This record gives sequence, C-alpha cells and structure tokens, in this order.
Amino acid sequence: MASLKDLRNRIASVKSTQKITKAMQMVAAAKLRRAEEAAAAARPYADRMASVLGNIAGAVEGDGPPLMVGTGKDDVHLLVVFTAERGLCGGFNASIVKLARQHQRRLEGEGKTVKFLAVGKKAWDIMRRDLSGKIVERVDFRDVKQIGFDEADMLGEKVMELFAKGEFDVCTIFYSAFQNVITQVPTAQQIIPADLSGAGEEKSETGGVAVYEYEPEPGAILDALIPRNIKVQILHAMLENAASEQGARMSAMDNATRNAGDMIDKLSVSYNRQRQAQITTELVEIISGAEAL
Amino acid sequence: MADSFQFELVSPEKLLMSEAVTAVSIPGSEGFFTVMAKHAPVMTTVKPGIVLVSKEGGSEERIFVRGGFADVNENGLTLLAEHAEPADKVDLQALDQSIKDAEEDVADAEGPEAKAKAQHQLDQLREAREGLAG
Repeated sequence: MASLKDLRNRIASVKSTQKITKAMQMVAAAKLRRAEEAAAAARPYADRMASVLGNIAGAVEGDGPPLMVGTGKDDVHLLVVFTAERGLCGGFNASIVKLARQHQRRLEGEGKTVKFLAVGKKAWDIMRRDLSGKIVERVDFRDVKQIGFDEADMLGEKVMELFAKGEFDVCTIFYSAFQNVITQVPTAQQIIPADLSGAGEEKSETGGVAVYEYEPEPGAILDALIPRNIKVQILHAMLENAASEQGARMSAMDNATRNAGDMIDKLSVSYNRQRQAQITTELVEIISGAEAL
Repeated sequence: MADSFQFELVSPEKLLMSEAVTAVSIPGSEGFFTVMAKHAPVMTTVKPGIVLVSKEGGSEERIFVRGGFADVNENGLTLLAEHAEPADKVDLQALDQSIKDAEEDVADAEGPEAKAKAQHQLDQLREAREGLAG
C-alpha cells in the first residue's frame, strides 16, 4: 500500500499532466481553426483547376503528356505517405501508414514493385523499421509553420523528377481527409497518371457549347497545366492533413484530459480513505492506552 | 458604360478576387490581351506581369502575377495565378532574387533546350520587373 505522501505526489503529478494535455488541446483547437480556413481557402483554386482541366482534356488530340496518360505500365508504384511532424495525436499517423501498408501488401501480392516517399517525420519513424529499404526519399517540414504552395511545389517537383527518371509508373498519395474534429478519414488518391474522370463529368455539363480558342495550342497548355494540377493536389492533401492532424490531436488530448481527471478522482478517494484509516488507528491507540491505565 | 462580367482571381492558397469588372488586361504568354464582357472563349497561359483590372465605376487595380492560366468562358474570366499580389505591395527584393536565380539557371543549364527555356523564364521575369518599375 502506498503511503500518504506517495499518494499526494501521484495526485500532484497527474494534475500537472492534466494541465499540459489541457493546454495542448486548446492549442490544437486554435490551430485547427487556422488549418481549416487554409484548407477552405485553397478549395476554389482546386475546383477551377479541375474544370479548366476537364475542358482542355477534351480538346487535346491524340495522347496527352505522359504525366496524364501514364507510362503504359503499372509495374512500379510510388506511395507518397503524408503524416504529421509530431505525435500525441491519437491514431492519426498510424492509421495513414496502415492504409498505405494495406496497399503495399495488395500490390506486392499482385507482383508489383512498391516504393515509398515519406512526407513528415512520423512517416519515417513508423516505416523505417521494416520498410527502410523501400523508402526512396523522405521529406519533412519541421521548420515550416504554415504549409503553403511553396512546399507543395517542392514536393511536386520531386515526384515529377522521379517520374521523369522512370522510377515509377503510378503514384498514389496517402493522407487523412478532414471531415470534422472527431472523424478523419485516411484516403488514397492516385495523382499520376492523372485521374480525370471527375473533371470529365463536369465537362459534359458545360462543354460542347463553347468553342475554345487556345493560345498556345491545347497540348502545350496541358503540358503546363498537368504538373500544376499535381502540385495543387499535393497542396490539397497537405492542407487537409494539417487540419486532420489538429483535429485528431484535439480529440486525443481531450480524452487524455478526461482520463487524468478520472485518475485524480480515484486517487483522491483512496488518499482520503487512507487518511481516515490512519486517524482511526491513532484514536484507537490513544483510547486503548487510556483504558489500560 | 461598358458591360461588366465576372472576374475571379485565384491563387493556390486562396480566392483573391471575385467580382464584376468591365475589363481586364492580361499578360498572356503569346501577348497582352484585354478581356471585356462577351469575349470569345479563350484559354491561355499567362506569363509574369501586371494584370490591370478595371472595376465597375471606373476604378482600376494593378495586380502582379507570376505565371498561371487564364480561362475565358461564357461565365466570365477565371485567372489561375501561381502567385498574385497587388502591384504596389510586391516585394521587389524577392523578385530581384528570383531574377538572380533565373540568371544562374541560365548559366547552369545543360543543353540548348534547357538553356532556351531558362533564358525564356529570365526574360519574362525581367520584363515583369521593368513593368513594375515603370
């Protein structure tokens, strides 16, 4: 049985832990709002980009650039795994990596080669143990405060460079889509070859009426547009991920704070009970001492 | 007064402008052009330079963009800019820095094709710089 002093120390230490988790929860809540705003602000560009792309893809004669149609094979897959830079956010990082691992197992079962690109410190931390041979590159944004287009640009260039060197045929990104504070959905999205099925639908609604003039010719615009689109999708993934991370951290820290509260209650009960027992024992000793006289 | 049309300026990070305007001059990669209401549908790439927006009521706004795409259709004009900011707030030092970077790219470029591309980039940036200074 722990002594009274031990119990008192325990309670004090749990209390200070609770203070920390509470503070982290509030910080995450503030950051979440900012991250959500950033994700919402980036949406119009992605939407316009998709409709422009849908428009132009229909106008191109013959094959598009390789980034759009792929290499014609799908032997080597590059999985880009986006995670957070820090932990303490529940199952956030683990669930993204888990989804990527499922894909990896499925693809390898089909006899394909899988390579990884780890974005974020945690992806590397989790995967390096048994996948380090398959990770072709790792990137982290530890020093970046607010994810912006520059980061997406850098990452996009990196991916396209690998593609140009023929390092892979299909590229899929893994990130966590933000739904609300409680729900974040790990998502896989193929970016190379570009999946234009969604954009194509939009085209059938608005297209057909307008006859576009293209300057320079459609192929040249598409050559410039596709890499941009890839970067935009990467940016979108990163922003969603940032919002999800804060959401996950917020609910994880909320749980931790509540757990700490429960623990303090339990410890206080046993502390009080023990104190009472001690007083009773002392009283009994005094009384029986007095009776013996 | 000229008819107005919907103009949207979006950068990857956010929607910068969405309002009715009377005319917009755009530095297209194949030459400057001005879009007014009922312009024929055009799609073009944009080079770095100044976009001149004439708003309803006659006021004008100068916006510096760093490349992008312009899409004119029956709904109006959408400008997907890589980077956009009001011309009077442009960080000239940052621009000079990217000109310097571009100069280095030209020097480092291997093969005539890469060189021509880098040189093209540099020329566009220089032109934009002059446009801003003037």
